Amino acid sequence: MYDVTYHRAASVDDAAAKFSAASDGQLLAGGQTLLPTMKHRLAAPSDLIDLRGIADLVGVKVSGRKVTIGAMTTHAAVAENAELAKVCPAIVKLAGGIGDPAVRHQGTIGGSIANNDPAADYPAGLLALAATIHTNRREIAADEFFTGLFSTGLDEGEIITAVSFDAPETCGYAKFPNPASRYAMTGVFVSKGGGAVRVAVTGAGSDGVFRHEGLEQALSKDWSAAAVDGVKISADGLMSDIHCDAAYRANLIRAMAKRAIA
Amino acid sequence: MTEISMTVNGRAARASVPDNTLLVDFLREHLRLTGTHVGCDTSQCGACVVHVNGRAVKSCTMLAASAEGAEVTTIEGLANGELHPMQAAFKENHGLQCGFCTPGMIMSATDMVARYRAAGKELTEEAIRHELEGNICRCTGYHNIVRAIQDGAAKMAAS
Ligand SMILES: Cc1cc2nc3c(=O)[nH]c(=O)nc-3n(C[C@H](O)[C@H](O)[C@H](O)COP(=O)(O)OP(=O)(O)OC[C@H]3O[C@@H](n4cnc5c(N)ncnc54)[C@H](O)[C@@H]3O)c2cc1C
Ligand code: FES
Ligand code: FES
Repeated sequence: MYDVTYHRAASVDDAAAKFSAASDGQLLAGGQTLLPTMKHRLAAPSDLIDLRGIADLVGVKVSGRKVTIGAMTTHAAVAENAELAKVCPAIVKLAGGIGDPAVRHQGTIGGSIANNDPAADYPAGLLALAATIHTNRREIAADEFFTGLFSTGLDEGEIITAVSFDAPETCGYAKFPNPASRYAMTGVFVSKGGGAVRVAVTGAGSDGVFRHEGLEQALSKDWSAAAVDGVKISADGLMSDIHCDAAYRANLIRAMAKRAIA
Repeated sequence: MTEISMTVNGRAARASVPDNTLLVDFLREHLRLTGTHVGCDTSQCGACVVHVNGRAVKSCTMLAASAEGAEVTTIEGLANGELHPMQAAFKENHGLQCGFCTPGMIMSATDMVARYRAAGKELTEEAIRHELEGNICRCTGYHNIVRAIQDGAAKMAAS
């Protein structure tokens, strides 16, 4: 790892100020993506601004069906939250399936969505739940937030503070994990609420997470695994890599969509 | 350089370290606690697992500076005059061959036992296999590791 100057932020404003003062700063959350990248010398920020000490950014709040998750809440804390499991079990399952226990003890929801890895789990969940991403400057709808491979609607130095969503009537998540990394080779999050069905797919699209219109239309008419069979799932725009090709991923979308509903 | 202070295996540890020092390097190079191993550079193998504030973390994927003020337990902190029940179980069940992965396995094992106990959930064989997703062993084939953890969990419950 190259040299770096470490700072611990006392508050979101302090983090923003430290970020502006740095020549090439980067925010540090759980470090489960950023530190491996720095160890490989693929990232070399001049300064790291650690968000770990900011208590305001940590915690899950459930009031009625309104859910708010602080940006620095770990995957383990989401996975273990009993109140959240009652209103939105699929997001709890999703968090409990990220990486392994030690990764879940450190990795955070804010870090995961800021990174927007095309094979990460949370982007599918937040897109299907029509979540709102709260930052120190504004609110961004999930539809505008996830803009492509490793890219988001965040501006330079903008800090995610929380995500929020209304728990839908029903939702489900299924992923086919890569056997080595546990990242999604394909993951599908389905949600139904207020008359609307949203289906988001991660791990498959060559432009990152996306909503599947065909599945949304079919499931709006008939919310069942059988309805998935009638949908044409094209391999166009899907990734082919050493793990599997686009046609295989198209089939995984169908298989995971069925499991997510079941 | 950053001034850091934390509690490691019940003792105060203080040092001035380069800002980019990983927790594992602080433990191994500064404190000479070489029981914690480094088996990869991709955060996948789990040889480096220690407990930070009672939770298993990969010490190769945390800055020492981020552990400021924390309670850290390494494999050296488990035995108390005699082997910890989980260590004894690994020995008795042949849960190791070369032993390189073992400190991380044992730290992950004691962490999962504690978490399942706190949640009132049963730590089944299937659950153990799932919980070990972040610990790679190059030698044993895992069966004896899983058996050792089942036995160690029973010993911990009895002790
Ligand atoms: C072995 C392993 C297996 C994994 N498996 C999976 C998996 O199965 N599924 C999955 O989804 N992920 C997986 N991950 C990634 C993991 O979920 C990470 O925790 C996550 O991608 C990044 O979160 P972090 O808190 O660690 O962020 P960091 O690594 O600290 O930061 C990541 C990026 O986000 C930025 N950032 C962090 N917080 C904020 C914020 N509040 N506002 C703005 N920007 C911010 C940082 O500057 C950095 O650029 C795995 C990681 C490892 C090491
Ligand atoms: S050395 Fe930490 S996970 Fe491999
Ligand atoms: S005993 Fe050799 S790596 Fe596990």
